[in-house]
Amino acid sequence: MRLTRSPAFRIGASIAVATGLYGVSFGALAVAAGLSFWQTVALSALMFTGGSQFAFIGVLAGGGAGPAAFGAATLLGIRNVVYGMQMNALIRPAPRLRPLAAHLTIDESAATASGQEDPLERRRGFWTAGIGVFLFWNLFTVLGALLGDALGDPKAWGLDGAAVAAFLGLLWPRLRGRDPVAIAVVCALVTVLAVPFAPPGLPILLAALVAGAWGWFGRGPQDEGMEPDVDPYPGRHAGAPGTTPEPGGGAEGTGASGAGGRGSA
Amino acid sequence: MSVWFWILAACAAAYAIKVAGYLVPARVLDHPRMLRVAGTLTIGLLASLTAVNAFASGQQLAFDARVGALVAAGIALACRAPFLVVVIAGAAAAALLRLAGIG
Repeated sequence: MRLTRSPAFRIGASIAVATGLYGVSFGALAVAAGLSFWQTVALSALMFTGGSQFAFIGVLAGGGAGPAAFGAATLLGIRNVVYGMQMNALIRPAPRLRPLAAHLTIDESAATASGQEDPLERRRGFWTAGIGVFLFWNLFTVLGALLGDALGDPKAWGLDGAAVAAFLGLLWPRLRGRDPVAIAVVCALVTVLAVPFAPPGLPILLAALVAGAWGWFGRGPQDEGMEPDVDPYPGRHAGAPGTTPEPGGGAEGTGASGAGGRGSA
Repeated sequence: MSVWFWILAACAAAYAIKVAGYLVPARVLDHPRMLRVAGTLTIGLLASLTAVNAFASGQQLAFDARVGALVAAGIALACRAPFLVVVIAGAAAAALLRLAGIG
């Protein structure tokens, strides 16, 4: 089969363009948050996980210090361990390719691969989306950073409003069902209540603590919050493409769930 | 240089987390609680970051043009606009409100 006829390749390529494009907003906002051009470029090339990158600059823009930015970015990256686990089982990269596969493991590549049934298509989907998003994301980050530099006063252009919109845009696809909405509302409230009493950055980590406890002690479905920023398979909305819950609706104690269960299926 | 330090540290941590998914045996990580925490953390952090960027001004709460951006972004998202359009709607709302002398 020619590559252009492969459904996973086509989906991966279109997700690469769609996701890469919003690298423009990351680049511009990072510069507006006070990062230099090279710091912005380094985040996209080396961190390469959009949510964490936005979190890092979002904390700095709010006056938070480096350690708080580090904490928020790292905690937001934890879902990548789940994707890594799933991809290891689904696409089984050769050991020498693992370091590269790990770097390209993000919402979009994991979601593109998980949405395919055929092992070859899964592999094509993962690598196409991973490499494609990496190229476009970095290219458009550079453009965004240059644009941000050229704009001058970020407030006059409403770039602080753009940051608000970006975070809401990242949150939105994950708000399916009552539980995620409740978590979001409670965490936003905790944050707002903590702002006057804690140094900048700390309210975000406090909200993370609440969210983590919610997940640890709660009994919600396992896949909530694991939706990709840009869904490669819109219209197929039976939860996240990444983690298919067991038929028991995510009941605890099923043991083989997530990556292990799916990989051997 | 301190900013550079935290950038590189955060990049290293992000990569270490990704690699852990490939190297740590699945039975160690593949735990219903682990999966749930990864998801709820994502929701909670993004909601918190939205709130901070919309309402916080240093250590004070503010009600300014950014609230307009929040509303505009919400409307754009409800209309199923793509991410970049949502971001531009937020920027435009904040910029126009400021131009009108609000916030």
